[in-house]
Amino acid sequence: MSMFSIFNVSGSAISAQSQRLNVVASNLANADAVAGPDGQGYKGRQVVFETVPMGSDASAGVRVSGISESNEPLRKVHNPSHPSADADGYVTQSNVNPIEEMVNMISASRSYQNNVEVMNTAKTLLLKTLQMGQ
Amino acid sequence: MITNMTSGLDFQAKALVLRAERQRVIASNIANADTPGYVARDLNFKDAMLQATGAGSSSGLRTGNSNSPGGATNGMTHPNHIALSGSTSGSLGGSSPLAYTVQSQPSLDGNSVDLDRERANFTDNAVRYEATLRFINGESKTLLSAIQGQ
Repeated sequence: MSMFSIFNVSGSAISAQSQRLNVVASNLANADAVAGPDGQGYKGRQVVFETVPMGSDASAGVRVSGISESNEPLRKVHNPSHPSADADGYVTQSNVNPIEEMVNMISASRSYQNNVEVMNTAKTLLLKTLQMGQ
Repeated sequence: MITNMTSGLDFQAKALVLRAERQRVIASNIANADTPGYVARDLNFKDAMLQATGAGSSSGLRTGNSNSPGGATNGMTHPNHIALSGSTSGSLGGSSPLAYTVQSQPSLDGNSVDLDRERANFTDNAVRYEATLRFINGESKTLLSAIQGQ
């Protein structure tokens, strides 16, 4: 039955969007983390989406093909009294931009809601199809 | 004589299968709304129905081109030409009339899905699917009451 594959497609989409939300949450949690003694601060992460064919031309799901780290320069804040300040008095923080992450979160949650609605509509239509002729 | 009675049902049944396939295509578009490089597809419903209902009367040669003016039965101009075959087959066995949607807002990452239009198409297709279901129900009830003689 062709409409059943909609659950696979939309299921893959909400799984991918929830991984994206997970990454956004990690970024926001580590936005103010300072670099350890090795000097490596937290680099913001992004998910990379990829289309997955699901059986036929008409069905294409989505999956997370990898998580990439951002190569933006780490933020340096001048704070000589901080315990992790280096020789020049700079503290290295993460390169996460909280405003970008909030926008990312809004976009991910909109996509998630859209796909949930697709699944609900498909379920309703299939249930009505089951009652055909009665 | 049975085919006369059930031909109406047959037409609606084909329409139902095609509506379900279109639902799948639109759901795939919505699922891939954020994927870079994804091109949005759509099902040309009119041409798909023409292909499906013209299956019994054509000579069996199909093309993948859905722009022929006389429907999608035979796109060749000379009988000795070799007909083009569709690269994939649709749900009803004809060549696939999957087309690409017209891009409204080209984006830098190559994604061509217009989410608002896909949502509208999804709702529209869902309503038409229900309408087809009701037509089938109505016709089968009419047939049953005719058989029962009421």
